[in-house]
Amino acid sequence: MDLRKNKKRDALLTFIAIAAMLTVLLVMELTMKSTSILFTVLKKGMIYALVAVSMNLLNGFTGLFSLGQAGFMLIGAYTYAILSMPTSVKLGDTVYKYYDCAINLELGIFPSLLLAGLFAAVFAALIGFPVLRLKSDYLAIATLGFAEILRAVFQWDKMGPVTNGANVLRQYKDLTKLRIPFTDIKFPPTLFCFLVAGLCIAIIVLLINSSYGRAFKAIRDDEIAAEAMGINLFKHKEMSFVISSFFAGVSGALLAMYQYTVQAAQFKTAMTYEILLIVVIGGIGSVTGSCIASFLFIACNEWWLRFLDESSNNILGLNILRSGFRKVVFSVIIMIIVLFFSKGIMGEREFSWNWLHKRKKTAATEEVSGDG
Amino acid sequence: MSFLQNSLPYILAGISVGGQYALIAIGYTMVYGILRLINFAHGDVFMAAGMFMVFLSASMPLGAAIPLVLLLTVLLGFLIERAAYKPLRSAPRMSVMISAIGVSYLIQNCALYFTGGLAKVYPQLPWLSDTVTVFGAVTKRVTLITPVLTILLVIGLSLFIKHTKVGIAMRAVSKDFETARLMGIKVNSVISATFIIGSLLAAVGSLLYFTNYASVTPTSGGMPGLKCFVAAVFGGIGSIPGAVIGAFIIGICENIIKGLGWTTFSDAFTFALLIIILLVKPTGLFGEKATDKV
Repeated sequence: MDLRKNKKRDALLTFIAIAAMLTVLLVMELTMKSTSILFTVLKKGMIYALVAVSMNLLNGFTGLFSLGQAGFMLIGAYTYAILSMPTSVKLGDTVYKYYDCAINLELGIFPSLLLAGLFAAVFAALIGFPVLRLKSDYLAIATLGFAEILRAVFQWDKMGPVTNGANVLRQYKDLTKLRIPFTDIKFPPTLFCFLVAGLCIAIIVLLINSSYGRAFKAIRDDEIAAEAMGINLFKHKEMSFVISSFFAGVSGALLAMYQYTVQAAQFKTAMTYEILLIVVIGGIGSVTGSCIASFLFIACNEWWLRFLDESSNNILGLNILRSGFRKVVFSVIIMIIVLFFSKGIMGEREFSWNWLHKRKKTAATEEVSGDG
Repeated sequence: MSFLQNSLPYILAGISVGGQYALIAIGYTMVYGILRLINFAHGDVFMAAGMFMVFLSASMPLGAAIPLVLLLTVLLGFLIERAAYKPLRSAPRMSVMISAIGVSYLIQNCALYFTGGLAKVYPQLPWLSDTVTVFGAVTKRVTLITPVLTILLVIGLSLFIKHTKVGIAMRAVSKDFETARLMGIKVNSVISATFIIGSLLAAVGSLLYFTNYASVTPTSGGMPGLKCFVAAVFGGIGSIPGAVIGAFIIGICENIIKGLGWTTFSDAFTFALLIIILLVKPTGLFGEKATDKV
């Protein structure tokens, strides 16, 4: 009885919190300058949160150490950019300068987003058959290898009519071209990122809490025991891999929308490493951890540690602060977290209202006992 | 004859690159043999050796710079092991790998800071950088020196591992970590020795590699690093001759692919090879029979 009541209360609280957050976001976007760095951080942070959560689904919840995330984002970004590009641009000379575009199809934003995820998922399903037979570090290096192969294929000049070779794709439907349906009013871009990525993360959370999610966790903890309990190892691994790739593809598409331009050269191994570090900082096996860490990571990288790069801020009279110093400080912090706080921010815990409630209660009792 | 003249430069370049890869691949294979760790930072140690050379040669004669570069690289490899891998000895393998990725990120960012993001011109090494003509193919002398030097170093290393006390200890530790410790082998110093040898060979490799490529960037260690790991897996990880042969094969194939005009795929080929080898013969060419890879 009490439990059910709590559950109802938690659902209500979550709903209110999300609604409040979105409202605040909407108000902020309507009142503040859209070029503010805050929005950059929020948009990019949310996109990275989605891909970090999708990686966490594999690494943290299924125990598959995969390093192919950048490759799936690449598929998503390119699919989105190519499908959503207006036909007039494709036929023109501004983007496909050296090739004749082979795809004469223009889709809306949502079908393109969905197809971006689907293409990534199909590719994952295909490579899943050979790759998922490998374990731990061999799986890592094989998925990383596939991501590199993908990057090479997308830059290949024979693929030019589709991918525009190694050249930039642009003038597709990016965040500035969002409109409220049937009107000509601009849709707030940050809110859009939050809605789409938030919905995706919610789906992943639902999946983790379902019976499939429990099977994933069983595989992570002990493969042999899981198999003995009747869990089909390959089926569940493949499923986790495909779903994770789907959302990586969607986040790649969102990244393309956010950036206005896409180029295959950007989706390097370093990108996967960054996402992995976000997952580690947040705590392997914690969705909320990944989200928090992603915003912290992006905020530090793009905003809070910027002052370290400005040589005018030198206090000691030494020439230490200059471009690039921020990244050094940043990677030292990451190393400290990896070495000494290997559980990350959240460990395997998740944010819950119960926990908050308890914290408040203990704080209150402490206060009382302190008075006495 | 014309075929030979057209393809000889590529084959020569392949053998040379293969030798340079071999020197790096040995570091991977030795570390993996002992710690079961893919040392993602090894490629960046190799890049760091190139950077040391760029900065040192600007301020002192080459005769002093080269030994100092070797020394600094060895020190870097030793420090990485002590600072980033030793505290995690009893942690799960995944944590050590993440730590290795973190170190790689750190070294790359440090290099980015010190160079300001610009590609640094690698100093010309006299004699090595001279051009020579072999059967009508023009190439740098380093191309011819590399395979010879590589093979000499590998023979030296094999003798070292076979006959010296440290070498025997290394083999014991890679066979069985716990038992070796019970037999009174100082496991930590053996691991340090492994990293020192690996870094030294990577430093020699970087001297040869960058003489050919003429410039160093903070990310120029990443791709060779991954390729050399593939070479180590291809040859059978843990086996030194395997790593060397794997590296030569990859180096030669890569350059033949470039010669055929498929330059975009020269990197992709390496990974395709890795995936095939992992699926068909996961122990590699010369690997041990017992394996937990698949």
